[in-house]
Amino acid sequence: MSRSLRPLVATAVIFAIAYALAVMQFPSMFSTRVLGNFLTDNAFLGITAVGMTFVIISGGIDLSVGAVIGFTGVLVAVLIAWAGWHPLAAFALALAVAASFGAGMGLAVHYLQVPAFIVTLAGMFLARGGASVITQDSVPVNHEFYDWISDLIIRLPGGGRLSFIGLLMVAVFIIGALVAHRTRFGSYVYALGGNPVSASLMGVPVARTTVGVYMVSSTLAALAGIVFSLYTSAGYPLAAVGVELDAISAVVIGGTLLTGGYGFVLGTFIGVMLLGLVQTYIIFDGSLSSWWTKIVIGALLFLFIVLQRLIFAASTQGEKAS
Amino acid sequence: MPDEQYALEARGIVKIFGNHVALDAVDFGLRAGEVHALLGENGAGKSTLIKILTGAYQPDGGQVLADGQPVHMDNPQQAQTLGIGTVYQEVNLLPNRSVAENLFLGHQPTRFGLVDRRKMERESRDILKRYGLEIDPTSELGAYSVAVQQIVAIARAVELSGKVLILDEPTASLDRYEVERLFEIIRDLKARGLAVVFITHFLDQVFAVADRVTILRNGKLIETRALDAMSRTDVVRLMLGKDVAFSGATGVEDARPMGDILLDFSQYGRKRSVHPFNLTIHKGEVIGVAGLLGSGRTEMARIMFGADAADEGEVAIAGVRTTIARPTDAIRHGFGFCPEDRKAEGIFGELSVRENIIIALQGKLGWFSALNRDEQMEIAGRFGESMDIRAASLDMPIKLLSGGNQQKVILSRWLATDPAFLILDEPTRGIDVGAHAEIVRTINRLRDEGMALVVISSELDEVVAYSTRIVVMRDREMVAELNGENINPGVIVQAIANHHDEELA
Repeated sequence: MSRSLRPLVATAVIFAIAYALAVMQFPSMFSTRVLGNFLTDNAFLGITAVGMTFVIISGGIDLSVGAVIGFTGVLVAVLIAWAGWHPLAAFALALAVAASFGAGMGLAVHYLQVPAFIVTLAGMFLARGGASVITQDSVPVNHEFYDWISDLIIRLPGGGRLSFIGLLMVAVFIIGALVAHRTRFGSYVYALGGNPVSASLMGVPVARTTVGVYMVSSTLAALAGIVFSLYTSAGYPLAAVGVELDAISAVVIGGTLLTGGYGFVLGTFIGVMLLGLVQTYIIFDGSLSSWWTKIVIGALLFLFIVLQRLIFAASTQGEKAS
Repeated sequence: MPDEQYALEARGIVKIFGNHVALDAVDFGLRAGEVHALLGENGAGKSTLIKILTGAYQPDGGQVLADGQPVHMDNPQQAQTLGIGTVYQEVNLLPNRSVAENLFLGHQPTRFGLVDRRKMERESRDILKRYGLEIDPTSELGAYSVAVQQIVAIARAVELSGKVLILDEPTASLDRYEVERLFEIIRDLKARGLAVVFITHFLDQVFAVADRVTILRNGKLIETRALDAMSRTDVVRLMLGKDVAFSGATGVEDARPMGDILLDFSQYGRKRSVHPFNLTIHKGEVIGVAGLLGSGRTEMARIMFGADAADEGEVAIAGVRTTIARPTDAIRHGFGFCPEDRKAEGIFGELSVRENIIIALQGKLGWFSALNRDEQMEIAGRFGESMDIRAASLDMPIKLLSGGNQQKVILSRWLATDPAFLILDEPTRGIDVGAHAEIVRTINRLRDEGMALVVISSELDEVVAYSTRIVVMRDREMVAELNGENINPGVIVQAIANHHDEELA
């Protein structure tokens, strides 16, 4: 088995075991209802994590996604509730704004040679600050379009409900996986994460790919912001604080190497589901503080980082002669 | 103008960096179906010429012609479309991706906008078979040896360009068997009509595979000639620019009494780096190391200092067997090492001259006996004076100093640790005449004070001037040990070029 597959398999096995244990304790967790809610409740995180997967595979990081979600939520809410725009028009504008925002960050990362950590940290403050300038308060959205979307539901046997936003997340994962593994852009992203110098000598358009990666991440974060706005029917400038870290955790738990070059979009899906499982378990248990979620996620993250180290250290080829 | 058609030709290329002329009206012609070796010492202009031929640099004068047509190349991608492919010493591929993707990246066959993996893998298998590689194209490239990766890199370059292949030191990290395999592929490509440029420091390889040779020195074209009309000695002489081969022995040699044995390396070596060598070093002795660049001189120094651990043989210090696996081991035994690449491996550019001088001593003392500022100033001041370091202040960053003064600082750094054995790798490269003389003087003084030194240098006159013994490296092997009246440039050139058919005088 290829060594890059091993972390993915490990994640899948751990998810299966964890889910089995949870079902043994709470048999009602094995139902279409819980599974449907898994998708709906984690839709915005999942969509964000797809973009984050691209960024991390390319060897970068994007700390601005949580703030972009918050900014998009506020922008959309204000355009609909105050300016009277149709939601679709508001969505289109929000996506365009986010895309150019991501392009700006990508340009800075490539041309100014500033570490992505710093550039996107600045982007995070910009977006969060921008959202707070528009409004300090939560802006509720009441629009028939929102009601229509939330009524778009596929009912499953057993009382489960597949919501529009849950399915949207699944679609984003499928498209993301196709782009990552089956297009030239996807192979350029992996090339960049493997070795940027080799990549440019092999003819990879490094500038275009870097900008593209951050555009994808910001645009998907904005899409997540729209989903979040549909999910909560409101826009709040302090929404989704810290989601960037959840997304990074999901990506790493999903078997993507934090230093870039290796990873799978599908792995991120399992990572998101694993995080969702931990949360659902704690809700089912009822007696545990929700902070246990963070502790479990922390332990999982640590486990996976150690695991990846071991796998990659064990299979490193003999060093080259100098 | 020659009436023959060149596949790739450079006419009167001039390239100037600042006020340094890197290439001065260099002509270079490459025929289809030939292997053309490009030789020259470091700084001769080889890599600049290659970068111009591959579009990485643009010439300041002259022109590049492909198939007789003048061409202008802005970047390596454009060179690729003209049929010029390059393979570098360090394999520039992606170890994290599959072999097939490495062959096709940027040119993957697509169907409905998606990469057609099956087609890509099928074609990869065909390509690999042509190069004698029976490997799974879906497997990760990083799982294979450097030699296999090198062949994949050549396959990619040939498939994408297919007219001219430039190999920039492709054998530097291969073993003998792998080199032979690479040569078979090169001969095969030659038979297919490709024009191959081959750059290497290994003369044996040049004679094994090349048809013609072009020699550059100091940015000037020295000679382009068919190889069958040349001997190894001719080539070395042209490269080094010394018409010294038959100047005869100097004759005078004082019978310097040998000091006690300090170090004894026996069958000491490291796989893929240096063949096992035997060397006994006495106190009060300077051992000069001669050889062309890439002959294993630096590798030998690094092994002696533990910068790369030896994996065979043993070393005894003053008769006691020890192991030197890390530089800290070496320092504890009183070793010092001034590396070749001063900027990358020697100085701490941002730190002050004072800090650069005391850092090895502090490292030797350990964490818990920190030198206070006064002690540091005292030590730095002492060496600043005795080595004549020209710095406005000992607290200025070392990167602002000239190369010669930087070298003196690094030398001081090790002298401050009071070493018994000092290794100097190209201590006089790139420094001014005054500093040069100062360093040579210091080497002589240290030898007379009873220190043992190993000095690597490309300057034959210089090695001859201060060495009590000279070892000659060729193809990562110690091939000769010269002393007495054999210490003269002529004998050294012979030893460097020597081959079984040209016996050493």
